[in-house]
Amino acid sequence: MNLSDLSLTQAQALLQKGDISSHELTLAHLERITALDGALHAFLHLDGASALKQAAAADARRKTQDHPLPLLGIPLAVKDVFVVAGMPCTCGSKILEGYRPPFTATAVKKLQEAGMVILGKTNTDEFAMGSSTENSAYGVTHNPWDLERVPGGSSGGSAAAVAAHFTPAALGSDTGGSVRQPASFCGVTGLKPTYGRVSRYGLVAYGSSLDSVGALGRSAADVAAVFSAMAGRDELDATSQDVPVSAVDLRLNGERPLNGIRIGVAKEYFIDGIQAEVEQAVRVAIRQLESLGAEIRPVSLPHTEYALPVYYLIAPAEASANLARFDGVRYGPRLTGQAMWDMFTRTRGVKFGEEATRRVMLGTYALSAGYYDAFYGQAQKVRTLIKRDFEQAFAEVDAIACPVAPTTAFKIGAHGDDPLAMYLEDVFTLPANLAGVPGLAFPVGFDKARLPIGMQLMGRHFGEADLLRLAHAYQQVTDWHWMQPGRV
Amino acid sequence: MSLTLQEVEHIARLARLELSDEQKARYREQLSAILEHVAQLQKLDTASIPPMLTVFGGEDSHLRLDQARPGLSATDLLQNAPEQEKGQFKIPPVFE
Repeated sequence: MNLSDLSLTQAQALLQKGDISSHELTLAHLERITALDGALHAFLHLDGASALKQAAAADARRKTQDHPLPLLGIPLAVKDVFVVAGMPCTCGSKILEGYRPPFTATAVKKLQEAGMVILGKTNTDEFAMGSSTENSAYGVTHNPWDLERVPGGSSGGSAAAVAAHFTPAALGSDTGGSVRQPASFCGVTGLKPTYGRVSRYGLVAYGSSLDSVGALGRSAADVAAVFSAMAGRDELDATSQDVPVSAVDLRLNGERPLNGIRIGVAKEYFIDGIQAEVEQAVRVAIRQLESLGAEIRPVSLPHTEYALPVYYLIAPAEASANLARFDGVRYGPRLTGQAMWDMFTRTRGVKFGEEATRRVMLGTYALSAGYYDAFYGQAQKVRTLIKRDFEQAFAEVDAIACPVAPTTAFKIGAHGDDPLAMYLEDVFTLPANLAGVPGLAFPVGFDKARLPIGMQLMGRHFGEADLLRLAHAYQQVTDWHWMQPGRV
Repeated sequence: MSLTLQEVEHIARLARLELSDEQKARYREQLSAILEHVAQLQKLDTASIPPMLTVFGGEDSHLRLDQARPGLSATDLLQNAPEQEKGQFKIPPVFE
């Protein structure tokens, strides 16, 4: 058995029994990355020496403890939008080339304290803006299921790394679908928690009213372990919520463990233009949840069609403010000019990539004098309507099931110079960010090109454990999540 | 809805972005198409709907006490500075 093929939960069991060491486990993953990442480009930064040092520390720590922490010695890849002291942080952008952060993000720090071994940083669309990793200034990541296709984005490096067995788990960020859509495209499980559930301190900000920190792994059980170790209030993030986090209870009883759970199916998520195989696989998966005891009910989220325009005003508006800090003064490269203003405009004009520039421009326009009410103000009001849709639906059901994305992974370059076509990839994931509710993506089948299809479950605020239980129940009777790409 | 070249230049100036003529022409076209798409929000009557500013209303933020406490050192913060002098970030003159 190759140790890199172990899931987080499997590795955990073998580590606890003493059958394997963290050193062996980490080394197996490093060897696999070294052999295969030339073809995938999932990692932007890999630090094997540091990882082996962390693994040795974990092995030493295990010997001194009667009840070692559950994640002790397990490798983790971190999307390159989180700062980790001692590792570069580029956010996939030339404007942060060479930046060495002097501090560590809270989510990463909690996982380090839990004993996880940080392998390195994974590729991302520039500042997490994109759905394919094609917007990374450091080159695209390839989908392990088909190297000519994108892994999704923006957490495409993390999703590809999990799918390729480079790591049992990875961190991602999700502002409009950036954990769930790549999880779906790469056939892995990915959780976007409730807004405010996981501290964003040290996550480079994109859209502050939408950004959430999420986890990717091979199964709901794996994701649950990482999620519960990093969730919770952090006084360094004023928006992190003071809601207790307990270990997610995945125990299931009987043959119909989902008895009493009501799952809503909304017609607004099965629209024209959706790939037929995607719709079919998701509908089959919903029937399987029903056979596990869940009650399926129709619900309606009538303002779903407005999520895309609302998101593409609010997120760029917030991004235009958040990206104002990149000006060549405190970090990153600087292009000189005669006066300070020339330095700002030249540094930003040259070092920001196309999509970041486009969103900063769009957001600046939406916030500018004379347009604020018509664009940003109106978007905030429609956002209220979208949130109310969810409140009404969750009065009747416990979860909503739908596809993660309208299609499976598309070819690299397919959306070329058409940003709007790319934005449409996010149509089913944006609403959860706008309403602040959690969303979980997991594999439910393949299309005829043997590309993974993902289903999404959305839940009430702070209802991550319910979603993880549902997916876990599904994964006990199916094996889509164990499928492995054969081409890497 | 179509942006003029002057509007594109105005936005770029506000956002402190130096753009080439080719970029200006491309963004003019792409941003016009995106604005056309988002303009569909105008057809909704939202006169009685309050704006959603944050996810949990006014309860999003928990402010800590305004008390000084240790943070990152000036040396740590300056380690990435493109230019520095006497323990401070150095920039070109504000006025030429």
